[in-house]
Amino acid sequence: MHIDKDLVAASATPLVLGILADGESYGYAIGKRVAELSGGRMQWTDGMLYPLLHRLERQGLIEASWGTADNGRRRKHYTITQDGRDALAERQEQWSVVADALKQVWQDLSDGSAGLPAPRTAQGWA
Amino acid sequence: MMNDDALRTGLEAQIDQWRGFVRRRRAITSADAAEMEDHLREQVADLNDGGLDDDEAFLVAVKRMGNLDEVSHEFAREHSDRLWKQLVLVPQGTPDDGAPGGIGRFRDLGVLLSLAIGAGIALKILLMSATDETTLLLNGPFLVLPFLAAYFAWKRALPLRATAVLLSAAAILALIVNLYPFDLGDPTDPYPQPGMTVLLAALHAPVVLWLLLGVVYAGGHWRSDARRMDYVRFTGELLVYLALIQLGGMVLTGLTFGVLSLVGIDFDPFVQDWLLPFALPGALLVAAWLVEAKKSVVENIAPVLARVFTPLAALMLLAMLVALLAGGPLESVDRELLILMDAVLLVVLFLLLYSISARDPLAPPGIFDQLQLLLVGAALAVDAVALTAMLVRIAEFGFTANKVAALGLNLILLVHLAWAGRLTFGFVRGSRTFVATERWQTGYLPVYGAWALVVAVAFPPLFAFA
Repeated sequence: MHIDKDLVAASATPLVLGILADGESYGYAIGKRVAELSGGRMQWTDGMLYPLLHRLERQGLIEASWGTADNGRRRKHYTITQDGRDALAERQEQWSVVADALKQVWQDLSDGSAGLPAPRTAQGWA
Repeated sequence: MMNDDALRTGLEAQIDQWRGFVRRRRAITSADAAEMEDHLREQVADLNDGGLDDDEAFLVAVKRMGNLDEVSHEFAREHSDRLWKQLVLVPQGTPDDGAPGGIGRFRDLGVLLSLAIGAGIALKILLMSATDETTLLLNGPFLVLPFLAAYFAWKRALPLRATAVLLSAAAILALIVNLYPFDLGDPTDPYPQPGMTVLLAALHAPVVLWLLLGVVYAGGHWRSDARRMDYVRFTGELLVYLALIQLGGMVLTGLTFGVLSLVGIDFDPFVQDWLLPFALPGALLVAAWLVEAKKSVVENIAPVLARVFTPLAALMLLAMLVALLAGGPLESVDRELLILMDAVLLVVLFLLLYSISARDPLAPPGIFDQLQLLLVGAALAVDAVALTAMLVRIAEFGFTANKVAALGLNLILLVHLAWAGRLTFGFVRGSRTFVATERWQTGYLPVYGAWALVVAVAFPPLFAFA
């Protein structure tokens, strides 16, 4: 399924922070976890993850350190900082407001119309 | 670990190639590339487990990584500073190059700073023991430049024999100029007027030393044209960096001076007695170190300046030529005019040399080469006009040491530029290669050293140490 670019961008930060709040991780594992969480329906462009991680690092929300993986390769690990946890809590509140509002919209839609696909109904009303 | 040839399978070769593509993006550092490579390898391993072979897995993994242009654009947005080449003086241990590089750079800086302090102490001792400025001027370079030479001798691991030869050459020169019974002026006069020859020696001995330093810089391979050109580049960058450092130093000193004078503290004695003897050699050595550290990171600035000023200098010379030809006979034909002409030719030579130092020898002749030809031609014409006016009248006033030194330099410069002009002309017309021009430039450089040596060593006795 294709998910709009802006939506991916908006949700990327809370997703990464949330995954890291669970314990330290590294780029590939974070991407894999996102795919798992979305049941494989959300696929990021892998390369874009790293500029995002670097931005979060610069903002002080996460910290990076180089370590050695099991296979002997050098690997950059990320951990969430206290600032990151605070930011995550804030994002969580924001997203729950958005999600609640959306939920009600979906609810109203399915109540008001006889199961027509949402976008078309919306267009009809406009 | 991956360097083992046996392990260099098709996948390794493909990853190598991919890494090469990634590393070509300026916004992506080697650390980022390493991080993404780790990602790629994990992805390939997972896809392998899912049943794909190496080639297929690699293709899918690269595809998922996304368009490199877009990724690199994202990196650039996050790290816009990376688009400006930054000079990392003491690199932190990055995952790729490991810690030794960083430690090496620290040791390097330590050696350099100790040498700078050593040069400062040597200069301070000279200041305490010598009273007149002429002696200071004469001996200063002999005390400072060996420390810079020591740094390069250490860096290049110069053979002991070459070190000994160069050191004794410098020492002999120092002995000669110090043992000569120069006329230093009346010692009872608070501002003595030293003779011509001692000033000429003080002016020319550093040139000889600078060429000796070039031998050290080239690691003993001073016959090599390429090494000579490296030294020319080094000298140009050094001058630029030195000027910048001095400018910064002057601003700091001026500010300190101003604030201290507000509270009635006289900063001057400290500047004279302690700051200058340590700051001057320190600036030289640090500038040299900076030039060495940045040479492969930051674009050379001297050739850029040369390119900017070449058209302007050509215009200036054409204006001079018109003025000289149209104006009346030269009002005062003396050594001032000669020195002025020497300076003009030196500027032209620098412009030429630094443009050449940055030119791709294989590129075909272009508009800039023609501009250079114009520059050289105009300079030669200006000098010829001045020289003819001069030679007519020089006999009337006789030859002094200053006049002969200035005239000699003028002739050497004239030969240098005339032949360079001839070679450039041939190159622009397509009958010669650029390499010939380059080789002439570097090949001629020792002539200046020889002339400087003659002026410093042979002139004083020839002109009775006047």
